Amino acid sequence: MSATPGKNHAPACSIQGVSRAFKLAGKPVQALDQVSAQVAHGAVTGLVGPDAAGKTTLMRLAVGLLLPDEGSISVLGVEVGQDPQRVQALVGYMPQRFGLYEDLTVKENLDLYADLRDLAPEDRPPRYAELLGMTGMEPFQDRLAGALSGGMKQKLGLACALVKPTEMLILDEPTVGVDPVSRRELWEIVYRLVESEGLSVLLSTSYLDEAERCQEVVLLHQGKVLGQGAPGEFSRRMRGKSFLVKSGQNNRRRLQSLLARGPGVVDSVIQGDGVRLVMDKAAPPDLSGLGDAMTGLQVREEEPRFEDGFLALMGGRRHESQEPELQLIQRGAEASKARDTVIEVEELTKRFGEFVAVDRISFQVKRGEVFGLLGANGAGKSTTFRMLCGLLPPSQGRLRVAGWDLRRAPARARASIGYMAQRFSLYGQLSVRDNLSFFASAYGLGGERRRRMIAWALDEFGLAEVAEAPSAELPLGFKQRLAMAAALMHGPEILFLDEPTSGVDPLARRDFWRRINALAEQKVTVLITTHHLEEAEYCDRMVVMDRGQILARGTPHEMKSRWVTPENPNPSMEDAFIALLEEHRAPKEAA
Amino acid sequence: MRAMLHRVWALMLKEFLALLKDRRSRTVLIVPPLFQLMVFGYAATFDLNQVPYALYNQDAGLASRELVSYFDGSRNFRQVANLNSQERIGPMVRDGQVLMALVIHPHFSKDLLSGRPGRVQVIVDGRNSNTALVLLGYVQSVVNAFSRDWARENGGGALPAELEIRAWFNPNLESRWFIVPGIAGLLTLVVSLLVTSLSVAREREAGTFDQLLVTPLRPVEILLGKALPGMVIGFAEATAIIVAGTLWFDVPLLGSLPALYLGLFLFLLSALGVGLMISSFSATQQQSLLGTFLFMVPAVILSGFATPIANMPPAVQTMTLANPMRYFLVVVRKVFLEGAGMDVLWGQYWPMAVIGLTTLAAAGILFRHRMQ
Repeated sequence: MSATPGKNHAPACSIQGVSRAFKLAGKPVQALDQVSAQVAHGAVTGLVGPDAAGKTTLMRLAVGLLLPDEGSISVLGVEVGQDPQRVQALVGYMPQRFGLYEDLTVKENLDLYADLRDLAPEDRPPRYAELLGMTGMEPFQDRLAGALSGGMKQKLGLACALVKPTEMLILDEPTVGVDPVSRRELWEIVYRLVESEGLSVLLSTSYLDEAERCQEVVLLHQGKVLGQGAPGEFSRRMRGKSFLVKSGQNNRRRLQSLLARGPGVVDSVIQGDGVRLVMDKAAPPDLSGLGDAMTGLQVREEEPRFEDGFLALMGGRRHESQEPELQLIQRGAEASKARDTVIEVEELTKRFGEFVAVDRISFQVKRGEVFGLLGANGAGKSTTFRMLCGLLPPSQGRLRVAGWDLRRAPARARASIGYMAQRFSLYGQLSVRDNLSFFASAYGLGGERRRRMIAWALDEFGLAEVAEAPSAELPLGFKQRLAMAAALMHGPEILFLDEPTSGVDPLARRDFWRRINALAEQKVTVLITTHHLEEAEYCDRMVVMDRGQILARGTPHEMKSRWVTPENPNPSMEDAFIALLEEHRAPKEAA
Repeated sequence: MRAMLHRVWALMLKEFLALLKDRRSRTVLIVPPLFQLMVFGYAATFDLNQVPYALYNQDAGLASRELVSYFDGSRNFRQVANLNSQERIGPMVRDGQVLMALVIHPHFSKDLLSGRPGRVQVIVDGRNSNTALVLLGYVQSVVNAFSRDWARENGGGALPAELEIRAWFNPNLESRWFIVPGIAGLLTLVVSLLVTSLSVAREREAGTFDQLLVTPLRPVEILLGKALPGMVIGFAEATAIIVAGTLWFDVPLLGSLPALYLGLFLFLLSALGVGLMISSFSATQQQSLLGTFLFMVPAVILSGFATPIANMPPAVQTMTLANPMRYFLVVVRKVFLEGAGMDVLWGQYWPMAVIGLTTLAAAGILFRHRMQ
């Protein structure tokens, strides 16, 4: 592949001065504002931006599912506004929730899309073979789509979008909710397509490490284009502004919250046993204001990442007003039942018929710990999680949450936990305020206390301006904050979070973790499952699960140090995770 | 206990908000029942009004004209054609232009005047046997009235035997009096069943059901919180229909309201029990909708809403004993038309109470079971 993709071709898609407005809760919202961008021929162009940046709107405009208020888009030389049908026939489009029919098999889904896209019957067998081979789904042709894992569903969606050979592929957040292994595979498929078929790909993502894999990136924020270029250009600008502050002591969370407030700090994240900082100028951070508690700190300059450039371009704005740290209104007597180990799991097993979803796992979580449950799709994380919350009875083994088995616990024991479900389950028709009010009441909060907590939640989670909007109409980031607020209203001792950052943009993820850290400081125990391996860094301890078993456990540092090699002296969490899974799976696959 | 009431209340409030804030579900609760009441109230009737008929009067005499005037004077008949040949009757009946043809014999007046019976022929469209029978009844009564009056005026003596008909409870035999109270049962069943059976499935689909289960709300409280809105909506719906039935359709409400509402309460109890059972079986809204209709169609047809249970084969009659609607229809009709009070209705109350408690208990058990 050439370094300057498609120089001698016209762009596959050209967007000129496009604007589009919507109504949210009765108020007009400018989703796109004078957007101009190009998608190069035969390359992968990433559309990167936080939630509600307008990514999905732009993609829907590009395939003619919406019409712009102003401006024009041409795709493969066709004016979209003039002939949307033709564009739809030319491009493969995979929306965020691809329309797979869960009651049909893999093969039947392919047949359906082949029929819809008018693929001649004689062309089908070779195309199917090619697509199924590429996605590794040959063995699963007769499996129902509903029975596939999240990653497999996405691969099938991709295959269906590609069932008719096309020149251009538009993918809307194809890797949301997909585990790191499947994510790598999806990317390999996309790249193979670009190389072998010369496809032009436009894909949106809120994973910034994925942006680095694109040849070109269009950075979208609040409906405006902030920049377009190779990902390297964004990180180059940040040279000399990224630092790692290492501390010898085990106090990185405290260190981070101190450093985050330091002068000139744009961004701070926990990494390994230190804190990674992005500064607004090319100068090391000033550590003099940290006080005596922090001694023995080492500062090292770091290689800039795409993420740094991204944050510098848009993060600066959001951080102008440093939000106050989360102050959880703690409950009195009940929370003080001093117990050091809050979650105990012993030989826990769950069987569904013949299938063993969770296989004799044991672990313990201490008060005030942030504990991660990691694993690929189908590893048994969610099943474990549901058993802990009392939503599923275990087949065998023992578990204790705050001293109770929640399945048999009295109502008041359930009041000591907070639960945030996958997909941020909320009552869509109800307004933000009504949702909060309902959950407060369900947890037994009444009168003055409920009013105060609702006011607190609206304020603390930045929901005041959308308080009366139906929650179904909110952008994902708002839904996530609302779900978290609802789980916290009653001041729980233990917080269960199932994929709480899935599909949420990096800025919202930082906000989220800032809140989790503040909660942990207040001795709230947090149990979290996640696909974002960089987030595993924020956990105090974690277990990695695969096929129902625990493969490894320990602190982030311990997890990574096992995989240090001369070639890779600084393995990332993802490297460690994938190496671990491969090691575990290899002998079984061979057998 | 107070905490429990507080939580159930919160859940109920949420259910109402979810139902009423959403414009579509709000419309579904109000418009179709109202529409159905109006349509059924007017359309679902066994009475025939303004039956189009063709006249072929071969007699030029006075008597035949007088007979025709008896038909024209009745609001049940409307003459749409005056024929002058036998041949045209066939096509008109076949094409459905008329339901009936009245053929008067050429010597009708002469025969009557000379004291012989006059001959009148009626040809009816027998394709709908029910309509044809009703129609023949009307014709008979018109002709009877004519004969009686003719005999009195022309001194021909009284008819040999005269039938005197008194219809108790519904003197004019208006079928609307029979249908409209039945609609109260029908629509109440539909709405309360849908509200409850869909509400749990909707939460399962949205993933909020798990969220609900981890709150201090106990399964029994969730059941209560889901059942009570259906109860309230069922009461409101039934009340609206009862009011419309008495004020708009002029159906007399003779009996005691407490007796009616006790029946309604027990009926709703069993409808909600069934609704909750369906919802604990089904994982999606589609499944629960299907389940609702699987229950509802036989429940309506085997309830005596349109066709009497006494006419059904014995095995089916036994089956209807498990149908709560069967008992409620007896309650509404008795209260409306007979002026019945509680004392005579216990025979209907207790089976509904048994069905209600059984289905609710079963729903509770299934509910816990589904969470495994």
